[in-house]
Amino acid sequence: MSISRKLVEDFVANDVSFITTVPCKQLAGVIDEVEAHPDILHIPANKEDEGMGLCAGAFMGGKRPAIIMQNTAIGVTINTLVTLTQFYRMPLPMLISYRGELREPVACQVEMAVHTKALLSQLNIPTYHFHREADAEEFDTILKYTFMCNKPVAILTDASFWGGYGDQ
Amino acid sequence: MIRSDILKDIAPILRDHLVICNIGLPSQELHMIDDQPSNFYMLGTMGLASSIGLGVALAQDKTVISIDGDGSVLTNLGTLPTIANNVADNFILLIIDNGSYGSTGDQPTYAGRKTKLENVARACGCDTVVTCAAEETGEALQAAIDARKMTVIVAKCESGNIKLPVITKDPVVIRERFMKAVMA
Repeated sequence: MSISRKLVEDFVANDVSFITTVPCKQLAGVIDEVEAHPDILHIPANKEDEGMGLCAGAFMGGKRPAIIMQNTAIGVTINTLVTLTQFYRMPLPMLISYRGELREPVACQVEMAVHTKALLSQLNIPTYHFHREADAEEFDTILKYTFMCNKPVAILTDASFWGGYGDQ
Repeated sequence: MIRSDILKDIAPILRDHLVICNIGLPSQELHMIDDQPSNFYMLGTMGLASSIGLGVALAQDKTVISIDGDGSVLTNLGTLPTIANNVADNFILLIIDNGSYGSTGDQPTYAGRKTKLENVARACGCDTVVTCAAEETGEALQAAIDARKMTVIVAKCESGNIKLPVITKDPVVIRERFMKAVMA
């Protein structure tokens, strides 16, 4: 099973049935799997804070939501995470491509990467970092944890986890 | 008519439906006029009333009405293509368009100048967009509910606010009672 398929199967096994996405090159495979899965309503968002609003609504409507986005989105969504997701105590697994880490070819991505964990820490958001493929074994447990504690939880997935960008 | 007059007029219609109410004065006004468990008051996060409402509508079958403002829709303009492309016939976006940022001191918005949100909604692909005068809002809203067709209503009114207190209810209480109303 591909790693993208495994992550999506874990979502489904945890009753996650509403996923909003803002694309990233690293996430293309997992977004394809989300789109193709019959048990998931996939709603692409134009911006990540909009996506978090959709997820908040879906949660209150009775579905377990998730968002898939790039780490640059942390810069976009701080107000939403704090005043909506956290203030109203809503669960939100955030599967995040961690751009700007080892094997990154685009220098500008590093500028946000160096702030990503510090910002998540400042926001008291539980954060997990997938660096090797085997790290994804914890994904199922992380999803259970997220819906147990009703918090936004970040899963950072770097280029090494996704198999890099090919030869550099 | 100003926004609070519209809310007073349509409160008897809103009472029977799930309502996501915009941050600031709109929520405070609706809370004072007719507080209901089926009202979700936004205490923060400007711009997301329509996104939250669409999410609720896509997740279940009851009618959902998002009460938004022209300033808030401009803040999250990307919501209109998302609404247009993910049709939920149990969703109504009611934009109370007073051409100003009411909660912050009635500074003019671009919707009060050259930009027409009804035209923006249509250009984004929203199929049913209704424009009405303030006093026709109730009629337009009831028609949209009865049609069971996703509708964007732009209700034009004058800018102006009434004095009223902030909402002190705990956000988790607001969220929990709203979720019980969803399941009722």
